[in-house]
Amino acid sequence: MELDTFLLSRIQFAANISFHILFPTITIALCWFLLFFRVQYNRSNDEVWMRCYRFWVKVFALSFAVGVVSGLVMSFQFGTNWPGYMETVGNIAGPLLGYEVLTAFFLEATFLGIMLFGINRVSARVHTFATLLVAIGTSLSAFWILALNSWMQTPTGFEMRDGVAYPLDWLKIIINPSMPYRFTHMMLASGLTAAFLIAGISAYRILKGDHKPAPRRALKAGVFAAAILIPIQIFVGDMHGLNTLKHQPAKIAAMEAIWETGSRVPLVLFAVPDQIQKKNLFAVEVPDLASLILTHNVEGELKGLNEFGDEHPPVAPLFYGFRLMVGMGMLMLIVSWTASVLLWRRKELPPLMLRLLVAMSFSGWIATLAGWYVTEIGRQPYLVTGVLKTADAVTSVPTGNVVISLSIYLTLYVVLLIAYVRTLFVMARKSVLVDRPDELPTLQDHHNPVHGK
Amino acid sequence: MNLTGEAYWLPVIFTGLMGLALLIYAMLDGYDLGVGILLPADAEPQRDTMIASIGPFWDANETWLVLGVGLLLIAFPSAHGLILYHFYLPVTAMLGGLIMRGVAFDFRAKAPADHKELWDRIFKFGSLLATLAQGYMLGMFVMGFEETPAAFAFAGLSAICVTAGYSFIGAAWLVMKTEGELQQRAARWARISMWFMAFGIIAVSAVNPLMNHNIFEKWFGSPWTLLLLIIPAVCIVTFMMVERYLSKFPYEDDFGCGIPFIGAVIIFVLCFFALGYSFFPYIVLGEMDIWEAASAPASLWFILYGVMIVLPAILAYTAFSYRVFWGKATELRYY
Ligand code: HDD
Ligand code: HEM
Ligand code: HEM
Repeated sequence: MELDTFLLSRIQFAANISFHILFPTITIALCWFLLFFRVQYNRSNDEVWMRCYRFWVKVFALSFAVGVVSGLVMSFQFGTNWPGYMETVGNIAGPLLGYEVLTAFFLEATFLGIMLFGINRVSARVHTFATLLVAIGTSLSAFWILALNSWMQTPTGFEMRDGVAYPLDWLKIIINPSMPYRFTHMMLASGLTAAFLIAGISAYRILKGDHKPAPRRALKAGVFAAAILIPIQIFVGDMHGLNTLKHQPAKIAAMEAIWETGSRVPLVLFAVPDQIQKKNLFAVEVPDLASLILTHNVEGELKGLNEFGDEHPPVAPLFYGFRLMVGMGMLMLIVSWTASVLLWRRKELPPLMLRLLVAMSFSGWIATLAGWYVTEIGRQPYLVTGVLKTADAVTSVPTGNVVISLSIYLTLYVVLLIAYVRTLFVMARKSVLVDRPDELPTLQDHHNPVHGK
Repeated sequence: MNLTGEAYWLPVIFTGLMGLALLIYAMLDGYDLGVGILLPADAEPQRDTMIASIGPFWDANETWLVLGVGLLLIAFPSAHGLILYHFYLPVTAMLGGLIMRGVAFDFRAKAPADHKELWDRIFKFGSLLATLAQGYMLGMFVMGFEETPAAFAFAGLSAICVTAGYSFIGAAWLVMKTEGELQQRAARWARISMWFMAFGIIAVSAVNPLMNHNIFEKWFGSPWTLLLLIIPAVCIVTFMMVERYLSKFPYEDDFGCGIPFIGAVIIFVLCFFALGYSFFPYIVLGEMDIWEAASAPASLWFILYGVMIVLPAILAYTAFSYRVFWGKATELRYY
């Protein structure tokens, strides 16, 4: 493959959006957690809830800032690198992005100021309300952008005139066939990402000798939330897959590495798909299971990649990406349920479990990215399924310029990612030390008395 | 081209909205970029106060840029592609700058203490880079993307002028939002940058009509010339009043601490109006007018409804947020 403007632009787009999505996935759900902490404090006047709020609002602020600046890059990407995209489907993509800015970005950005810095300047009620509005704002962002992205996957409600898409029915455009599934799946993904982050960082604080009740309470909130969300996510993921089978069968064939159409198709647990020989090497299979899962019938027929000629997405990244995501989901299920049972029974987690949770802090990121790579690469060679090919949308700027911009972004992102993760742990360690003296002993502390005080 | 009805005036409305978004952006993000540019190397407590003064606002300020670019994209997709094609590298530089300052703002307070100074430097550098890039783009845009030495020189001048302008409105913001030694320092900064800005504005207004005959005709060949000359006149009066106010700074009881900021707003609005008047109805000078670039009426209607409902709400809660943080900036605390 040649490193031309096209390939470089694709790499740049993938780098930018992958970096961007890391932070919204955290903030979308984290803000609802913050609202929960805040409301609990309002109701009980229990300082510990406020401490949970105070720690996590800092994480929120940091994640939000990185999300905003990388989002800014996103909003310029279409014009700088994919002008053909806006020229062809701008009549549809433009308004959806516009509604995102109008209804979501301003809401969250404005009330964020009040939420972060206004706690002493406004009443508790207004502050709670500001937190609620920021939470609504972040979720609305996700709604609009996923409406657009789903429309690119399964476009409806428009007609083509002279090679340009014109809107016919906005409702059909927004609530397109894959939108409800994708939105639900993404919101749950965000919930899981935030839950495991909260559990992981809280576990880290406890391991570092933090005896205060706040990290224990946050840990509990994170673990229980994850345990509730993960089965729902697996169920919704299955529905999502069925929906994709209906609308983008080539994608499913590539995800499951099914080369030939047939019934009683086995589920390939692991294999090395070989796109040249058009078959799987070293396959480990469960007979009939793919037919059963995807058609809910052992005899069910599944289309293979042979049906699509050369118009099918690359197999290997979809196949591995999908397994990575589902594997993470299973791991989340096991870890969150085990941790919940332990918490239920003993009130405290053993160090091994705490360490496992620390290791899982960013598991949501891995699953989310893997899922998105499956979704997006699975749409190739199209940018908008059946309407616009990726190669037809790319800019004609000189390759050298893209090399420069890509190197700048990559450098910034690597540095920022390291700084972000490090800072989270620095903040966790700092909070082990601060405000220990004024912490009131509570029930949990009787199990774990403060040493040397 | 003979356009009537919605095909004529929808693009005009969207030009106005886009202009409004960019004007508000230039003023709001202008002051917080300016504050970033002015960060002094020698006084950490002053840096803390300066950053505290923009803390609750910068994110919302930046959103106006997203709206401006968004409207360009929504209403004029082909111009959007054309403009960003020409601005590929300066946009990259601007975004790089905005990324650096946006994150430095948060990291400085949360990173290990010995990294704070480094993040402050990044904050200052990022603000300066983003501002220079914006000024450069403004200059190139006015020159219709010509690639001649004269055009590059003009764009360079414009970059300096915008930097001075943002520093001025930033310093004026600090005069309003801070007190004591920092406030007096800010008044000095405001005075110096205002002179630079004035020089820049004069240069731009002289070069612009001389280099482009159409613009000359628009200003001096129209029956409205006398009326139009009100713009520079009001600019000069405002300038002199602010200069006089700053030269006698400080005053008792913080008298008129908002005057420089109001002056800056007036000058920004007038300059923007003058620029818009010179350009209309072109979206890329001499190449593409707003009707050629506009997208389908059905899409414009769909978004216009939204704008009419949402924009007043945005303005209302923006005002609410400024009211909550009214008065002098205090220490930034999440609690
Ligand atoms: C915490 C994150 C997370 C977890 C645990 C899972 N997923 Fe997922 N998945 C996503 C996060 C995600 C995502 C990032 O949100 C994607 C990418 C785009 C989308 O719509 O959701 C996605 C895409 C995605 C797709 C692609 C649909 C398409 O684009 O057409 C399918 C079929 C599934 N998922 C199915 C599953 C199943 C069966 C799971 C069972 C464990 C699962 N996901 C766990
Ligand atoms: C947020 C999570 C997302 C991730 C991680 C992601 C990832 C990717 C990746 C990896 C590609 C490259 C595919 C390939 O080249 O084979 C891509 C392409 C693309 N995606 Fe997404 N995407 C996300 C969301 C979105 C959304 C919400 C939109 C639109 C609104 C979008 C629009 C595009 C476009 C325009 C391309 C074209 C460039 C290309 O195909 O290389 N993406 N994305
Ligand atoms: C191509 C696609 C995308 C574009 C053009 C884009 C653009 C932006 C922009 C400009 C911002 C900054 C808003 C501000 O100034 O406050 C932002 C932030 C945000 N974006 Fe994206 N975005 C894209 C993809 C996504 C996806 C896939 C999601 C989630 C599913 C998402 C969710 C958010 C959220 C929640 C924020 C708020 C800031 C934060 O929480 O970090 N965006 N985005």
